[in-house]
Amino acid sequence: MSAVLFFVAAIVAIAGAIGVVILRNPFYSVLALVVHLIALATLFLLLRAEFVAAAQVIIYAGAVMVLYVFVVAYVGGGEELAAGSTLRILGPVFALALAIELCIAMLGSALKGISAKGAPYVPGFGSPRQIGTLFLTKYLFPFEVASLLLLVAAIGAVVLARRRRGLGTPEEELEARRRPPRPAYTGTMAEAAGVRHAVESAEQELEPDVVGQRSGTEES
Amino acid sequence: MAIGWYLVVSAIIFCIGAAGVLTRRNPLVILLCLELMLNAANLALIAFSRLHGGEDGQIFALIVMVVAACEVTVGLGLIVAIYRRRLPIDVDEMSELHG
Amino acid sequence: MSNSATTFGWLVLLCPLVGTTVIALGWRRWPGRTAGWLGTLAIALSFGFSIAMFAVLMNHSPDDRIFSSSLWDYVVTAGVDAKLSILVDPLSVYMALIVTGVSMLIHLYSVSYMNEDRGFSRYFSYLNFFVFSMLVLVMAGNFFLLIVGWAFVGAASYLLISFWYRRSTATRAGVKAFVINVFGDVGLVIGTFFIFRHTGTLDFVRAFAAVPHVFTHNQADLVAGCIFLLLGAFAKSAQVPLHTWLPDAMEGPTPVSALIHAATMVTAGVYLIARMHPLFEEAPAAADVGAIIGCLTLIVAATIAIVQTDIKRVIAYSTMSQIGYMVMGVSVGAYSAGLFHLMTHAFFKALLFMAAGSIIGAMAGVQSLDRMGGFRRALPFTFACFVIGGLALSGMPPFSGWLSKDDILAFLDHRGGGFLILGILGYVGAFLTGIYTFRMIFRAFYRDPVPEAVELEHGHLAHADVPRNPMTGEEEDTDVGFPGPGHFIAEREWPMKIAMSVLAVLAVIGGVLQIPGVDSGVERFLEPTFADSKLAHTQIATGAEWLGLVIGALIAIAGITVAYVIYIRSPETAPALQKRFAGIHRFLANKWYFDELIDLLIVRPAAWFGRFCESVLERIVISGTITDGTVGIVRAGSAAVRRLQTGFLRYYAALLVVGLSAVALYFLISSS
Repeated sequence: MSAVLFFVAAIVAIAGAIGVVILRNPFYSVLALVVHLIALATLFLLLRAEFVAAAQVIIYAGAVMVLYVFVVAYVGGGEELAAGSTLRILGPVFALALAIELCIAMLGSALKGISAKGAPYVPGFGSPRQIGTLFLTKYLFPFEVASLLLLVAAIGAVVLARRRRGLGTPEEELEARRRPPRPAYTGTMAEAAGVRHAVESAEQELEPDVVGQRSGTEES
Repeated sequence: MAIGWYLVVSAIIFCIGAAGVLTRRNPLVILLCLELMLNAANLALIAFSRLHGGEDGQIFALIVMVVAACEVTVGLGLIVAIYRRRLPIDVDEMSELHG
Repeated sequence: MSNSATTFGWLVLLCPLVGTTVIALGWRRWPGRTAGWLGTLAIALSFGFSIAMFAVLMNHSPDDRIFSSSLWDYVVTAGVDAKLSILVDPLSVYMALIVTGVSMLIHLYSVSYMNEDRGFSRYFSYLNFFVFSMLVLVMAGNFFLLIVGWAFVGAASYLLISFWYRRSTATRAGVKAFVINVFGDVGLVIGTFFIFRHTGTLDFVRAFAAVPHVFTHNQADLVAGCIFLLLGAFAKSAQVPLHTWLPDAMEGPTPVSALIHAATMVTAGVYLIARMHPLFEEAPAAADVGAIIGCLTLIVAATIAIVQTDIKRVIAYSTMSQIGYMVMGVSVGAYSAGLFHLMTHAFFKALLFMAAGSIIGAMAGVQSLDRMGGFRRALPFTFACFVIGGLALSGMPPFSGWLSKDDILAFLDHRGGGFLILGILGYVGAFLTGIYTFRMIFRAFYRDPVPEAVELEHGHLAHADVPRNPMTGEEEDTDVGFPGPGHFIAEREWPMKIAMSVLAVLAVIGGVLQIPGVDSGVERFLEPTFADSKLAHTQIATGAEWLGLVIGALIAIAGITVAYVIYIRSPETAPALQKRFAGIHRFLANKWYFDELIDLLIVRPAAWFGRFCESVLERIVISGTITDGTVGIVRAGSAAVRRLQTGFLRYYAALLVVGLSAVALYFLISSS
């Protein structure tokens, strides 16, 4: 029974994977990946990793893929141009070579001890309670680091994708820089260092023919 | 089932992901194929965890999932930023860092 | 063992060093002639301390007159002992007295001679440095310090010869002198090494004591070492074939010629041979080389001097010839005779140069004998000095030169055999000496007075409108780097007069120290140094000595008479002789073509080699192949590697996958 389930899940997973790679429309690729993820969750269940399977479905298929869907909707798929000819052939060839090597390694006598069926079954193996205990005792440090990593990633995403004020063409940006950021003579360090001079010289850099007449008489 | 089967599946999925990374030009799809490879690794980890009888592998797999999530976040943020700058969404076009 | 003698020795060295430093540090600020007086004072103090050294030495018994003192150890380890040590013994005290005494008088002379020169302070700083170096040389207590002093003296000579540095002839002469001197330096160092290898010590006293034990008679190493030492001596003392620098060195100011190229530096070679006498006596083959070269030099130089027209060059060749006598003397064992001649020669040669400076001043810088004449009435004092110096040089009784020169020749005759031939050649040289010396005097002071002399008789010193290079005639100015505008004659400048008077007196009475049969002052004083010499103790019968002296006197009178006949009685003889023997005249006037020979054999190949190294070795091999080649390889390599960085993401990913496969394949294969 479990063998049948295994083969079904494996085939679905592989099919999903192939779908991700082959389908032209990125939206369909995302959907294929979702299918693949659920198949993989099944395989996890077969390996008695119930918490991980649940996490896979909820987090991976549920949250990460939804994020993907949002972005694909925003960015749009577009027709994709064909890949460069060399790598279109060679890519699968290299991957195939790697696959064969890995299979030889695993199925040959290279890796010992993987033909066994596994350790004896312990009740509670893979349960949330066991995972939680391990996280908070033996793997506390990676747990904390992981949370830090999430924080960093979140900040990074916000910084990368934020909308900049006055974003526009280069001319618009130049105009934004030309206008002084605060009224003149209102005391900043730049003021103390002679901001009038600095601003005027900056203006002269940008548009010497316009500003030149103004700053000639007002030398500090 | 012998663990070996799971590992073979993991290897196949990994290599399909690798082929996808090498072949596709849309960065979104490349990220998806990267997800495939990470998942293949996860499967291998879980398989070994089952073999040895300890949950260490599963912990590892969870952390890998966390990392994958972070990486996806940042990667998608990059793609959004590229899209905003009106540059083509094509990894072959973005090749200015060359020697 | 150090005592007050060595303390005075260190003080003798210290005074000129302080002098040169003080003058040099304030060279821009010394007003007027202060630098000159400072320099003279420094040397006078040094002379005073030398006299004190002499007095202390005389206070000790003759067996106890060798002191050495070491101030500092440079390198004292297994096998080598290089210390800063001086040796105070009769020979070094003798040399120090001569050097400081004559230097003091020359400093005094220079105070007025160089008066309006823009480089006045620089001159005295250099001159003090030279005296310091020479004193280091003569008072050195080991080979190490000797070599240091030797090199310093060469450097000082270069500085002073090219003193008027904007004159191209002067700078060229300075370089020539320095290069030949360096050649000698190398010989000196190699010779030292040959000796050191066997004696194992650099210290003089210990090395000389060890010589009879470690060397056999005429051993190859010893002979080779001595010949290398002789190379150094020949370069410094301007002996054939390393003599070509000395006539050119007359480009320097006349007091410099008087000091360096008459009295002190050129005698360093003689001092070297005398100091190393234990080595030379153990290797007579090398000593014979020295004697032969000395003899050859004295003949060659005397023949060249007969045809020279520049007054300073006549005196320069005369110096070369007289040093030949000294080298010959100390090489065959006549140490005290040779050193006695060194002393008297210092007196009369410095006097001659000073007098030459005076007459050149009267001629407003012109040095050519062709343009001089009849200065007898205009420059009486200078004329008297010239005559005194000339008589001493020719060897007329009772002047000092007669006693010293013939002392050497008598020794040679006494030793007999091949040395007799050298002695006879020495007498021939004395004959020629009389001729060229009085040729110079008769041409400059007799016959019709030239316009400058006439002006001077009326009390007006001649001045050149346009200063010119005396050798090439090209125009100069009187700013720094060229001689100053002033010309000075002894009749008008009291420092010059005092210095020349002292030397004249010494040239006359100096011979009284060593009259055969009456006293032997020099020999007895130098006895402790040469106590271990086998040759120095040969006793010559007084009768034989007096016979030699009489022969010498007769030859001198003969030479002077010949000169008188040719230049005063029948003046047309000289041009007639010149036309008749035109070939010989040309040969002599071109200085036996030594310059051309050296140019052909050494200078041209060296220049060619330099050009070859530059164009082939430097440009092609080193720059082209090695440096540019390496650069090219690195550039090509990095260009090749740069092509890997295409900027395409998928290309990098492919590289990753391929690399991973390769690593996995390696592990796969290695584990199966």
